Amino acid sequence: MTEQALEGLKVVEYGQFISAPYCTKMMADLGAEVIKVEEPGIGDEARRYGPFPNDIPHPEQSGLFLYLNSNKLGITLNVRTATGQRILKELLREADILVENNPPQLIKDLGLDYPCLKEVNPRLIMTSITPYGQTGPYKDYKGYDLNAQVLGGQGTVLGNPNREPLTFQPSQGHYQGAINGAAATMVALFAREATGLGQRVDISEFQVIAALQRGAFMPMHKFQGAIGTRNAHRGIALLWPYGVFLCKDGYFTIMTLEFYHWQSFIEAIGSPEWATDPKYTDQFTMALYADELEAHLVSWLVDHTKQEIGEICFQRKLPFQPVYSVKDLAESEQLKARDYFVEIDHPVAGVLKYPGAPAKLTKTPWRVDRPAPLLGEHNEEVYCKRLGYSEGHLAELRRAGVI
Amino acid sequence: MAGLPLEGYRGVLLGRIWVAPVLSHLLANFGAEVIRVESMANLCFFRRSLPFFGDQIDPDLNSAFQNWNQCLLSATANLSKPEAVELIQRLVAKSDIVIENYPPGTMARHGLDYESLRQVKPDIIYISLTAVGQDGPLRDVKTYGPTLGALTGIDSMLGYPDGEPAFEYCYTDPVGAVTAFFFVLSALRHRSRTGEGQYIDLGQAESTTCLMGEALMEYFMTGRVRGMQGNRSLHMAPHNLYPCQGEDQWVSIAVKTEEEWKAFTRAIGEPEWTEEEKFADRFNRLHNQEELDKHIAEWTRNHAPYEVMAILQKAGVAAAPHLNEQGQLYDPHYRERQVYVEVDHPKVAGVPIYTAPWRFSETQFKSGRAPMLGEHNDYVYGELMGLSQEEIARLTEEQVLY
Repeated sequence: MTEQALEGLKVVEYGQFISAPYCTKMMADLGAEVIKVEEPGIGDEARRYGPFPNDIPHPEQSGLFLYLNSNKLGITLNVRTATGQRILKELLREADILVENNPPQLIKDLGLDYPCLKEVNPRLIMTSITPYGQTGPYKDYKGYDLNAQVLGGQGTVLGNPNREPLTFQPSQGHYQGAINGAAATMVALFAREATGLGQRVDISEFQVIAALQRGAFMPMHKFQGAIGTRNAHRGIALLWPYGVFLCKDGYFTIMTLEFYHWQSFIEAIGSPEWATDPKYTDQFTMALYADELEAHLVSWLVDHTKQEIGEICFQRKLPFQPVYSVKDLAESEQLKARDYFVEIDHPVAGVLKYPGAPAKLTKTPWRVDRPAPLLGEHNEEVYCKRLGYSEGHLAELRRAGVI
Repeated sequence: MAGLPLEGYRGVLLGRIWVAPVLSHLLANFGAEVIRVESMANLCFFRRSLPFFGDQIDPDLNSAFQNWNQCLLSATANLSKPEAVELIQRLVAKSDIVIENYPPGTMARHGLDYESLRQVKPDIIYISLTAVGQDGPLRDVKTYGPTLGALTGIDSMLGYPDGEPAFEYCYTDPVGAVTAFFFVLSALRHRSRTGEGQYIDLGQAESTTCLMGEALMEYFMTGRVRGMQGNRSLHMAPHNLYPCQGEDQWVSIAVKTEEEWKAFTRAIGEPEWTEEEKFADRFNRLHNQEELDKHIAEWTRNHAPYEVMAILQKAGVAAAPHLNEQGQLYDPHYRERQVYVEVDHPKVAGVPIYTAPWRFSETQFKSGRAPMLGEHNDYVYGELMGLSQEEIARLTEEQVLY
């Protein structure tokens, strides 16, 4: 069997919740070895986050933790102790990559900032993912996912202009940090091929959002004074109908990029009389009667399900889509045909379904070989078998609260 | 710029709009030479869209085009002509990566699919970016970026707690581009170790659904279907955007621990309402979020967003302003991190584009304008592929290079 794409790469994760864990999950799912470092006793906060089967909290049954930490080895280590820091550095001596998402000041206080780690292992790539980044006046500010998204201008065009701007749920700022962390780490890996040296990779969640989600419209602002505007459930005013509309069992998105899309849709739904009104048969005047037209449109939509409308649009190749709920995703024939969901057996949580591959590689496919680790599950394997600690030494470290 | 990590790699972009060019420019930002193959016969939407400068539609003056095609080269090739296809095949023979985002089957019809191109370059890394992937009952679904998100689950959770939905634009495009970048470089690493190329099938909806894990697990574990929650968190309150002084000014505030809550109440002057039982701990605050948000808004309305950030951050509370384009250009944190940079274009100077949004202690990155249509024909067909000036002239006249 051909080796996996990232086989041979050794990654250490010192982080929690979402951004660092999803970043290393992407690497683990392509064959990198990931050792996840958790605080003894308490572990990653995602273990307490849920969701839980039947809503009964259990640190080994948190849906978020189980999903984000498959394929990883799990060890406990109290990095806030001098001994813990020494042991982490021992691990990093042999590692290619460290991914962490701690506040920059904490990393400095623990003696784990890049200049220190560079001494330990000049080949180490240290990827740090934070809401604001490692530089700039806000670098030591407190930030949650919400703050990163908002500073990044994510909500500029999201929501009702008369209400608060919206952000993407759940925690999409952290996921943006994660995927950009994985991408940028690969750049550093390639750089290392030429130089033989590692480096610090600085991923700021607000910046990846500002640039990649929203940044392309800055020339319009500079030269035309344009700013992004919120238009509630409607898309930008230039096209019509364009937006998300209520239907019988949920919502449907419609984007009339070309007038023939609308004409085809009207035909498909039996050419109702209101649609023949001259106001609505001219692409340019239609937008002037947006409210009226929407009322007519929705009066038809609310009598039909997402599936019915979806089928019509699919047959006629209209770029109008049903808004899938998680239930729709779980039952999706498309995702089933793609074998998108995977079943993983976990020693405590049992067999559960999980989201699968972000993309398919033909020679080195994405795969899950092991479930998320129990807290400290691989302490023996990593400390004894690899670092050569005796069982006695491990017991000592445990008693002293280091492991 | 010398010494960039992806120097020496060449990519061919057979694609358009958003996701494929961004994947391409990220490669180019770090040194790869990526050639955008385009044609007057089938011009990209963003080469015929609203200009940011002047009032004539101009293939170089669209805002999004300049940003999403930064640092790329452009060569024209009319793929409906067999000679053009042959030339592109020869170009691929000298390349490492092919990127395309046409509907499934399109490239096969032109003889430019993976099966065809691995004949000329067996170790090619070929990535197809589509809405839902290369197979399945929805394979031929017609989507544009703004409606693709509907298929991912994310749109079902975008809206206010009272059920008012919001429209979103193309969330899956940047997600697809960055995910693709990771997969392409992983495939290149594999190739450097084994000599083996491969095909990557990326469905943007799938890449994005992967980011909905928490909500999917909730459904699998409890049967609950998560809906719209505005900006609320299930785990902490306050957690929202609050209106500030001025028109449409907002600040984000998130308070997680009791320590942060106490710091927050002190920072806003310990108003009486903060003493009430209904806000006394996280459980209560989550339960009484609407009222909590109203109270907080009464305070934030008297301050500008930066003021709120200053007051609260000083107390160790998470707050950051909502910044639109104007705010971003002037914000000191944005400026120090060079989120935007200005590049010159032959047609207009000082075009602000976003920089590659990753920072490294050693690695630099390139920034630069988007190419003009066919700007690099001489380089690609002459220098790279060895065609003479006469041949290039003939092919141009015959609308092969067009």
